[in-house]
Amino acid sequence: MSLITTLARLEAVSTGRARPAATVRHRHLSERPLVFVPLTTAGEAGAPLGALVGTDRDAPRLLAVPQPRDRDLRFAFLAELADVVLPYIDGCAEAVEAAERSETDPETGKRVKVEVELCADAPQLIVPSRAGVDFVRLLGRSTRFRRTAEQDPEAPFPAPPRVPLLGRWLTHFGERARVPGSSLLPAMTDLLGRHWATGQSSLEDQHLGALLAWIDPPAGRSGAEAAREAELARDAGGQLRCPPAGPATDPAFDNKLLAPAIERYDRARTAFAAAQDGLEADERLGALTAAEREIRTLVESRTRPTWDAVWRGLDLLRALPEGVRVEERWTRDRWSFTGHRDRVLAGEPPQPRRDDAVTAANKLATREREQARLEAQEALDDPLVMAGRRLSGEAFAGEVTDVVMAYSESKRPSPRPLVTVRTDDRPHLGARTRVYRSLGGKPQAAEFVGYEDETDGHGADGHGRDGAEEGPAAVESTGVESAGVESAGAGQSSGGLLVLRIMDKMGRGREPEAGSVPEKGDRVCFTLFEHEPRGGAKLPDPEETPWTHGGPPDAEAAVREPADPVTEEDVL
Amino acid sequence: MDKATLAGALGSPSAFGQSQFALVRGNAFEARVKADGGTELLRLVHEKLDRSAEPPAAARVPDLSAAGHAGRAARTELALGEAVLAPGEWTLLDHPLLALDVAGSPAFLEPDAVVVHPDGSWTVVEIKSFPLLDGSADPAKVGAAARQAAVYVLALEEVATRLAAAPDVPGEAPRVRHRILLVCPKDFSNLPTASAVDVRKQRAVTARQLARLTRIEHIADALPEGTCFAPELPRERLTASVESVPASYAPECLSACELAFHCRDRSRAQDAVTTLGRPVRAELGGLTTVEDVLAAARGELGDPADPTVAALRRAAALRAEALAGAAAPTGARALAGVAGAARAEVAPCP
Repeated sequence: MSLITTLARLEAVSTGRARPAATVRHRHLSERPLVFVPLTTAGEAGAPLGALVGTDRDAPRLLAVPQPRDRDLRFAFLAELADVVLPYIDGCAEAVEAAERSETDPETGKRVKVEVELCADAPQLIVPSRAGVDFVRLLGRSTRFRRTAEQDPEAPFPAPPRVPLLGRWLTHFGERARVPGSSLLPAMTDLLGRHWATGQSSLEDQHLGALLAWIDPPAGRSGAEAAREAELARDAGGQLRCPPAGPATDPAFDNKLLAPAIERYDRARTAFAAAQDGLEADERLGALTAAEREIRTLVESRTRPTWDAVWRGLDLLRALPEGVRVEERWTRDRWSFTGHRDRVLAGEPPQPRRDDAVTAANKLATREREQARLEAQEALDDPLVMAGRRLSGEAFAGEVTDVVMAYSESKRPSPRPLVTVRTDDRPHLGARTRVYRSLGGKPQAAEFVGYEDETDGHGADGHGRDGAEEGPAAVESTGVESAGVESAGAGQSSGGLLVLRIMDKMGRGREPEAGSVPEKGDRVCFTLFEHEPRGGAKLPDPEETPWTHGGPPDAEAAVREPADPVTEEDVL
Repeated sequence: MDKATLAGALGSPSAFGQSQFALVRGNAFEARVKADGGTELLRLVHEKLDRSAEPPAAARVPDLSAAGHAGRAARTELALGEAVLAPGEWTLLDHPLLALDVAGSPAFLEPDAVVVHPDGSWTVVEIKSFPLLDGSADPAKVGAAARQAAVYVLALEEVATRLAAAPDVPGEAPRVRHRILLVCPKDFSNLPTASAVDVRKQRAVTARQLARLTRIEHIADALPEGTCFAPELPRERLTASVESVPASYAPECLSACELAFHCRDRSRAQDAVTTLGRPVRAELGGLTTVEDVLAAARGELGDPADPTVAALRRAAALRAEALAGAAAPTGARALAGVAGAARAEVAPCP
């Protein structure tokens, strides 16, 4: 956490309200996101208890499993979930636009442009918290290897037809969520935490209710009070007023409300099964339906507050203007979505339990590259983020005080103008350090030449007027400057006048193109980090995995990935 | 002392509790692992930890029941002594009770099981109901289990030392293995699978912490005469009693201590920066309260030559500049160097 964020958090403590941690929105928000608020059963792996899901804020679809240990009921839940999620995904998969992608031609080995389809929009699944993202991944893992009766007539407990497909999609969402800056499966706590600094620790920010209480406290109350109430307040029955965002439920809810309700359901079901004649069965069916309805009501009572909180969070985020480069990152999400759509259509098997060496290395490389890209793009989009980079010496902003034309010493001299920048920032510059600024959205590189002595500079070009203008600013910052001088032991690191040599983006001619060189009086901001980070070296094809990494993957084994053994303890 | 009741009486009830679903499932799984005299459990110990030993065909499962905690602990020690005297055999201790000295008062611990190998060494077995999914489990939960097991290892080492000192036991102290066995359900099933976890690091950390703990008599000595923590006392008196014990709150406490919400309220009332996390405090040097930091950032307090104060003022100036710029969007853009930025070129990424 940078000192600037810390300061924002302290301000929040002092004012009782969250402070902005960003001036623009750094994540894409879909026009029509699918919100998913799941609940799980304590102690069971991948046994959902219920969920609210849907794209319409006023009409969520309620799914509930009256007995989570019953495999059939669990499958019914998953089938219903597939009925909501898959049509939503298909809706995005149909509209496509033409795009180009460079591919290696298998015959010539050259890179060629290929016309491909790119989905015009991608689905966006929003869950309340990070635990929700893990739960989506877990659901994906538990369902993608299931066999339907059609795939395998011998399967002991066949899954409903679309469930394995749902599992593959949820797995894809879960994997993509690990890529920094992606927006296919964001968690609301992460989204809000990125844009606001609250007066509590980042640990406590994981509680969606508390986080919202800080950002948008009820009228007349401080964020701290409201957050404490969201965390702890209980009603007369001992239940939390603001239920946890899940998927885990509050133990008091499990023990006092849910367990008795499930027991009543089990009893009603046993009684129904034991019914002797039609009349009795009818009567007992009524009791069973009532018991089931009771559990549905309970599930809704725990998920509805979270559902509303997620939409409130969306309202708050939508009020922020979108960052310029957010669209570009969303396009990457669209590529990722289109890629998986194509793999499903091509009939490829589900994602394996363990990635082979090349896939795993590729995933890691992608995440590292996207992390660097995200950090650079957020700084370029948002002056507040850039301020953090300037504070840490990774960027500097200032005014151009002088531009001197110079040329390279090659046969065809190209422009290499020398630009003097006055800055109060203290970047970590060494000899010939490359710095970059954004010029029309593209990075322009410059090289650090050296520091200009302030008194010499004024004497030499006689810009007495400039000196007078800069006077007050210099006086203001003396305190800071002198501290810098003392700690660094050299006048150089205290910023001041920097001379840079502009290296590119000035056209092909002898004279630079108009607007490509900063002019005197311009405000400029250079970064020491690259704007478009490059990836590492290309990895070998999977078929050429070296033996040190396990050798080429066994293609046959991947296709025949077996389903999980079934749990014997399930109630059936 | 029951800290949960105390927290409730202080008006900041703890949020801990266990769902009966998790309890039932955990007990069912443990019973399954230990069924048939621990056949499955011993098979896992043999396979994961001690392949060179004889496979366990039959194991001794001594009865450990006795009256009271002290009685059960003594019975456990006796059973361990007997097991050492029977080399070449596997012994399974189901729910033994161990005593460990914590800051001068004995604490009783109950591991899920302890296995004595044919070579006389001891292994702690921890049975958990979170799944081992495709060979990996939640690192936070595994870490917690390892820390828990490390305490058992320490307690067993004390027992081993005592046994070696006894006159009727020949040779050296029995070895307590530093690799414990963590037994979890496999994937989504209820079938047990296991993994050996090295707890040397956790053991060393716990041993150091136990050695450094302030002795409980010293804490008690420092309390004013008549301090009482009975939950039925009026809230003000109780609060005063609790506040006479020094505590240093950090957000990590929330997941570990029943009194954390009480300490958090107190820490907030004192305006301490640690309520935002330990790293924040480390970053701010000598400034420990929120208002001090903000005053220093505004330039009203502190020595400008102090690097922390200087950095704070720079941070505050940069933050104010960025926020002011954002209010007038065009200015902000010029500052960020994206003036007139066209939509960024999109590079396809498969």
